[in-house]
Amino acid sequence: MGQKEVRQGTLALMVLKTLESMGPLHGYGIARRIEQISGDLLSVNYGTLYPALLKLEQEGYIVSEWGVSDNNRRAKYYRLTRAGRKQVEHETRDWEETTEILARFLAPEGSR
Amino acid sequence: MKRLRAIFTRIAGLFDRDGRDAELHDELEAVLQMHIDECLRAGMSPEEARRQALIKLGGMDKVSEAYREQRGVPFLETLVQDLRFALRGMRKNPGFTSVALLTLALGIGANTALFSVVNGVLLNPLPYPNPEQLVILFGKTKQFEHASVSYLNYLDWEKQSHSFSSMAAFRGENFNVTGQDEPERLQGYMISSTFFSTLGVSPILGRTISAQEDMGGGAPVALIGEGLWKRKFGSSPSVLGRTMVLNGTGYAIIGVVPANFHLYSGDDLDVYVPIGQWTDPTFRDRTTGMGMGVVARLKPNVTLAQARADVENVARNLAVAYPQADTGLSIGVLRLKDDMVDDIRGTLLVLLAAVGFVLLIACTNVANLLLARSTGRSREFAVRSALGASHFRLIRQLLTESALLGVIGGALGLLLAAQGTKLVLAAVPHVLPRAQEISIDTHVLVFTLVASLVAGILFGLVPALRLWRTNLQQTLREGGRGTSGTRQRTQNAFVIAEMAIALVLLVGAGLMIRSLAVLWGVNPGFDPHHVLTFSVTTPPSVTSNPVQTRVAMRRLHDAVRNTPGVQAASLTGGALPMDGDNEIPFWLESQPKPANTSDMNWAVFYIAEPDYRKAMGFPLLSGRFISESDTETSMPVTVIDEYLAHKYFPNENPIGKHLNIGLLDLQPEIVGVVGHVKHWGLDGDSQHKIQAQVYVPLNQIPDRFWPLLNRGSYLMLRSSIDPLTLLPALRASVAKVNHEHVIYNVRTFDQIISDSLAERRFSMMLLGLFAALALVLSTIGIYGVISYLVGQRVPEIGTRMALGAQRKDVLQLILGRGIALAAGGVILGSLLALILTRQMRSMIYGVSTTDPLTFAGVALVLMLVATAACYIPARRAMRVDPMTALRYE
Repeated sequence: MGQKEVRQGTLALMVLKTLESMGPLHGYGIARRIEQISGDLLSVNYGTLYPALLKLEQEGYIVSEWGVSDNNRRAKYYRLTRAGRKQVEHETRDWEETTEILARFLAPEGSR
Repeated sequence: MKRLRAIFTRIAGLFDRDGRDAELHDELEAVLQMHIDECLRAGMSPEEARRQALIKLGGMDKVSEAYREQRGVPFLETLVQDLRFALRGMRKNPGFTSVALLTLALGIGANTALFSVVNGVLLNPLPYPNPEQLVILFGKTKQFEHASVSYLNYLDWEKQSHSFSSMAAFRGENFNVTGQDEPERLQGYMISSTFFSTLGVSPILGRTISAQEDMGGGAPVALIGEGLWKRKFGSSPSVLGRTMVLNGTGYAIIGVVPANFHLYSGDDLDVYVPIGQWTDPTFRDRTTGMGMGVVARLKPNVTLAQARADVENVARNLAVAYPQADTGLSIGVLRLKDDMVDDIRGTLLVLLAAVGFVLLIACTNVANLLLARSTGRSREFAVRSALGASHFRLIRQLLTESALLGVIGGALGLLLAAQGTKLVLAAVPHVLPRAQEISIDTHVLVFTLVASLVAGILFGLVPALRLWRTNLQQTLREGGRGTSGTRQRTQNAFVIAEMAIALVLLVGAGLMIRSLAVLWGVNPGFDPHHVLTFSVTTPPSVTSNPVQTRVAMRRLHDAVRNTPGVQAASLTGGALPMDGDNEIPFWLESQPKPANTSDMNWAVFYIAEPDYRKAMGFPLLSGRFISESDTETSMPVTVIDEYLAHKYFPNENPIGKHLNIGLLDLQPEIVGVVGHVKHWGLDGDSQHKIQAQVYVPLNQIPDRFWPLLNRGSYLMLRSSIDPLTLLPALRASVAKVNHEHVIYNVRTFDQIISDSLAERRFSMMLLGLFAALALVLSTIGIYGVISYLVGQRVPEIGTRMALGAQRKDVLQLILGRGIALAAGGVILGSLLALILTRQMRSMIYGVSTTDPLTFAGVALVLMLVATAACYIPARRAMRVDPMTALRYE
């Protein structure tokens, strides 16, 4: 299908960013949202997503609570904490820096 | 911070696993449902929708597994799992487990016990504040390495030295307490007012002695020990100010000293009185030490070398000021702790090494057991490996198992050690300095834990390494028999090493036993059997003047002499053979008087009555011994020993010559020569600088020494039967003379001789114990290996027998193997022992460290025991039925 797995280390930021823009969301929603935003170029593996969610929860960036979904299903909702918001900012800055540096390396020789 | 938080939640994740698993399941179920819903919306059939959703989810189990790994702490979980598995394995193999645990408990227990001794005696600092500042000062002359200090010299040392923040004097003394109850004998110290402040010890009640009280004419005051305070005064605080009658003088009690206070004495002391109040002329004689010690505290930042230079200067000044007393006298300075423990250090370190060897044998044994077991388990490992366990995972499992064995063995060993230490200390009391400080403290616990873990990992590593090299798939194909060739080699090497170490320990113990046998055979110069000695003090009521004292002592002697069963009795003072020393300077009549004390000749000095020689049982070589005719008014006489006769009268008859004994103001005529008594002990006598011995009649001791005699005289008697059985009768006889007489310090000479060898017996006992342990463990080791060998070779033996081998041949085959291993161990061990026993040189006596008899005897014992151990499996091999054996193949 031409879909890629999410690159190692980027999933956490995608999750945080998703929660920041969408508000509380269940695991399924997060996965779908990430796939949508990527224009279906990415495929989210639940075997990766759930441990990542747990890790973020353990680090205190997100909290979870049980709620009811749009079509009346019980589901666990994840929500960004204040620490999580800060972390999004922080990681975003980091990521921008990294990509910028990487971009310079990848740019054609002449344009340096 | 967030990392810490993550760790906490992860550890929390270890608990309530089931609840969390259920929650995850619910959550994943919800996600699945949402997928199905979406697929349904997309128009799929319900079956197709579910199939697609499951594919998308990628298998619920895999997700949960990944989730779980993030949730808990996998390392801990594996550990718990391994521990459970190990415990289950131990329970399933009670035989293996109990042998391994017992072996380890003995090995670790012995090590813990000895380490707690080393820790308490050698390692721990002394129990005083800033103990490294405390030093001991003593006199050093040509004749004396470590002489006691005269009081006048002490006062000058204190005044003239600059390196010490304070200095104190102390001297052991016994006290008769009379008055309220039965007369009792108390042990105590005479101390200077600075004594407790120098050591940094405070009384638990009241105060210490003041400087004003520490001089002639001061008010008689005393501190008492906490033990006496409890025993006699019911720990009542109102004890302060009460009066205790000690040696006839009333002392006001001013303070109580804590029970845990000890200096050199192993016993709790009862009484402390001011030393400065003692004005006896002999004590105030600068040439006389009277057993007084000096302890001092270095000023901060003053080194031992600086202090030594300082006191050297003091000694030089004093030699100029008091040439007669102090010429040739230098001052020794040693750290207090070193002075206490230097003598025993070598012995303890040798014992520690020995007990370390025992642990090494124990580990080797357990390693061998584990090795045998791991071969049996190779199929299990192969299967587990086939199911996906990595080598690393399996080795971790093995190490967890052996570490667990080590730790449980260590815990059992700790229990053994706690009991064992007490038993050993009780068996040989008074050998160890600081014995009361030996306990199982944190250092010991850490030592045991580390020893257990290191031992566990050490012996666990061997089978683990074997596993590392094995191709497990190959094993599976071979039917789980594992690779036995290399294993056999390792086992053989282990057995040889065990045998070698056991031999070293046996040689050590053998040398100690031989030394003691030699020592017991040494003629002490007198007949110690049936000789009893006890200390006795006459009460002040009958000793107010020398004439009265003489009469009182006479009556005491007669009372003892006339007790039925007593063959000879003598009051004695001065030196007591093998126990108390007392030396006097003298010069010959042909000599001018030497200018100073250290240029004089010295002799061990005994005060004796006519029956002394009969009581002690030493020979008269010429002339006569002291007799009833030697009275205070008759011509002064003395009897010398053969050593003095040979040394100072080499080519003449000493009888009729005179000695000058300046200290006693006597110039007695020599009337007899007697045999030399080994005064300095069976082992140390010939090395001692002062060998000559003189006997002076009790009657002729000048009046001014009688108060001293009254403080420290003994009665010595020979009886026809076991002298201890006479004791009640003796007490009754003495009490009849005066009920205030106190008999104490009762000992037979057999006991005194045995005590003089106590340190060697202590070493022998422990080395013997360790060697026996080593012998047992290594015998088990060789038995195990040969048994295993027989088990492995049953088919081969069967084949041989089917082909016509005789039982004899089989026996030879197996026994030969065992004997070869033992012989290898004996040869290696002998070489090792030749090197190691050199460290024992100071512990042995009368045998060489390479004593061929000991080496040969020990080797023979080891070979015999090993052969016997191998004989049992060899017999089993002999009985192999060839038919059965071959059918198995």
